[in-house]
Amino acid sequence: MKILVTVKRVTDYERKAKITPDGSALVTEGMNFVPNPFDEIAVEEALRLAKTHGGEVVVVSIGPKDAVQQIRQALAMGANRGILVEAEDVDPDGVARILQKIIADEAPNLVVMGKQDTDNDANQVGQLLAGYLDWPQATFASKKEGLDSDQEKKQVPGVVIEGEKATVIREVDGGLETLQVSLPAIVTTDLRLNHPRFASLPGIMKAKKKEVKELGVDAIGVDVSPKVRILEYKEPAERQAGVTVSDVDQLLEKLKNEAKVL
Amino acid sequence: MSNILVIAEVSEGELKRATLTCIGFARQAAERTGGTVQALVVGKGVGAHAETLAKYVSTVHVADDGAFEKPLAETYAKAIAAAAESAGAHVVCMAATAHGKDVMPRAAALLQAGMASDIVGFGKDGMQLQRPIQAGNVIATVELTTEVKVVTTRPTEFEAATESEAAGEVKALTVDVGTPKTTFVAFDKVASERPELGDASVVVSGGRGLKESGNFPALIEPLADKLNAAIGASRAVVDAGWVPNDMQVGQTGKVVAPNLYIAVGISGAIQHVAGMKGSKTIVAINKDPEAPIFAIADYGLVEDLFKVVPELTEKI
Ligand SMILES: Cc1cc2nc3c(=O)[nH]c(=O)nc-3n(C[C@H](O)[C@H](O)[C@H](O)COP(=O)(O)OP(=O)(O)OC[C@H]3O[C@@H](n4cnc5c(N)ncnc54)[C@H](O)[C@@H]3O)c2cc1C
Ligand SMILES: Nc1ncnc2c1ncn2[C@@H]1O[C@H](COP(=O)(O)O)[C@@H](O)[C@H]1O
Repeated sequence: MKILVTVKRVTDYERKAKITPDGSALVTEGMNFVPNPFDEIAVEEALRLAKTHGGEVVVVSIGPKDAVQQIRQALAMGANRGILVEAEDVDPDGVARILQKIIADEAPNLVVMGKQDTDNDANQVGQLLAGYLDWPQATFASKKEGLDSDQEKKQVPGVVIEGEKATVIREVDGGLETLQVSLPAIVTTDLRLNHPRFASLPGIMKAKKKEVKELGVDAIGVDVSPKVRILEYKEPAERQAGVTVSDVDQLLEKLKNEAKVL
Repeated sequence: MSNILVIAEVSEGELKRATLTCIGFARQAAERTGGTVQALVVGKGVGAHAETLAKYVSTVHVADDGAFEKPLAETYAKAIAAAAESAGAHVVCMAATAHGKDVMPRAAALLQAGMASDIVGFGKDGMQLQRPIQAGNVIATVELTTEVKVVTTRPTEFEAATESEAAGEVKALTVDVGTPKTTFVAFDKVASERPELGDASVVVSGGRGLKESGNFPALIEPLADKLNAAIGASRAVVDAGWVPNDMQVGQTGKVVAPNLYIAVGISGAIQHVAGMKGSKTIVAINKDPEAPIFAIADYGLVEDLFKVVPELTEKI
C-alpha cells in the first residue's frame, strides 16, 4: 500500500503572530517553524497503517525551500521519502491542485492530511482535493478508544483498512460518526486520532539520507494565482482588562449588578 | 443573475439555529451586492423544513431523496453544486459547523470557486470578507477572485435572521448523485439534556485544574445545572477522555460567544481563548494569578477551585 501524507510548514503554535506596520504581511523574521501539529498526527497514522498493512509513506510539502526541514522531521519519524514543491503563499485551492497532480503521478491508495493548518485555519485542502479527484473523503478522523487506551499504547491505527475499504470514525457535532469509504480516499486527522511519536536519534540520522525530490510549480504545470486574495491584516479588537474579585460574594454581586448576567 | 444561496443544515430531524445566522450573513451580503437570498435544504423527508425556510428567503430549493438520508459530503456537495447553478448564485454560504466545514470546500471544488472559511464580518467594499487566522490573533480581510464564491460563516458573529413578510416559493431539485463511494455506518450521539454549546447563553468550562475526570460531574455539572448552562472544556481534558470530544472550545474545536462564560481551572492558552473571547462576560477561576486567562477575563477570582466552585454553586 502506498500512503501519501501532507505536511505544511507553520509557525510554532506558541507564537503570537505579528503584523508588519503597513498591514500587508505577517512578520516571519524570528519565528520558529514546525510541522503543522495535525500533520504530525497524519504522519503517525500513516506510519501505523504502513506497519500494519505493509507499504510506503511519501511526504509532500508545498512551501519555501526551508520546508524541507519539516519533510525531514516526518522522515525522521519514519516516513520513506519526500517531495517538496517550492512555491510561496499558495492558497488552499492552489495546494489542492498541486496535490492533484502529484497524486496523478504517485497513485497512492490513501492520502492522510491534517484537518486544518494552524496558521491559516482554513480547513479546506483535504475536502477540495477529494472534490477535484472525485474520491471519497473522511474528515476529522478520530477513534473511540481514548489516547490513554491500550490500543494507543500499542500504536494500533485508528483507521481500519480491510481490502479496498477504510472505516473511519469522525468527530462531528453532537458525537462520533462512522463512515466507510472505498479506496483510494482522503482522510483528514483530528486531535484524538493518536499521539504522534517523537523522532529517535537513529531516525534523525537515517532521515538525512532519505530521498527528497524538489520540484518547481512550473514543472508541475499548475496555475497558482490566488482564488483567495488577502487585502489586509489587522489585529482583532482587544478585550478590556477586567478586575480581580476578592471572593464569591463579590463575584456574584458584580455578575448581578454590574454585568447583569444573573 | 447573481443571488445568494444559503445551505441549510438539518441535524437529527431539526433545522439548526446556525442556519438562521447564515441567512443573517446572506441578507447583509445581499445589501452589498444585490440579488435575492435563496436557500437549499438537502435530506430525506425535509419538506417541512423547506416550508420553514420559505419564511426567511425568496426561494427554497429542496433536494429530498433517500440518497440524502445521511449528511455525506460526497453526495451533499453534488446537491449544493446543482442548486448553486439553478439559483444563479454568486455566493454560496453555510454556517461553519462540523458539517459545513466538511462539505463546503468539496462543493467549492465542484464549482471551481474560491472559498473563505469561518467569516466573521465584511470589509469596506462589496464582498470583501473578514476572517480570523493565527488562532484568532489576526483578522485577515480577503477577496475571492472567482465568479462563484463559497463562504462558511461563524455562527456567533451573525444575528439569527427574523422571518420576512412574504413567503418564498419552494422548488424541487433533482440531483444525480451517481454511485457514492462513501457509506454511512453509525452515529454515536452524545446524549445531553443541556443547551447546545454553540447556542447556550451561559457556558461553564473546565480544564486540567480539575485534576481528574470525576470532578466534572462533582463540580462543573452542579454549577451548570444551576445556571442552565452548556458545558465546555479545554483540549487538555478532552484529550484525557474526561468529557466528549465535541465539548472542546477553541481554535480547533467549537467557537462560543455566550452572555456568560465561566472558565474553571483553565490556563487560557491562545488556542482556547480563540474559541471564547467573543463572550460577553468572562469569569475566570484559577489559583495562579499569572494565568493568561485573567488577561481576557472581566472578573477574575484567584482561588482554589475546589473551595470556591461549590460555594458559588450554593450561593447562586
Ligand atoms: C494544534 C493545537 C490545537 C489546539 N486546540 C485547542 C483548542 O481548540 N482548545 C483548547 O482548549 N486548547 C487547544 N490546544 C491546547 C492548548 O494549547 C492548551 O494546551 C490547553 O488549552 C490547556 O488546557 P488547560 O487550560 O485545561 O490546562 P493547563 O494549561 O494545564 O491549565 C490548567 C490551569 O488550572 C489551574 N489550576 C490547577 N489547579 C487548580 C486549582 N486547584 N484551583 C484553581 N485553578 C487550578 C492552573 O493554574 C492552570 O492555569 C491546542 C493545541 C494545539 C497544539
Ligand atoms: N502548503 C502545504 N503543503 C502541504 N500540505 C498542506 C499545505 N497547505 C495545506 N496542507 C495540508 O492540508 C491540511 C489542511 O490545511 P488547510 O486547509 O490550509 O487548513 C493541512 O493539515 C496539510 O496537511
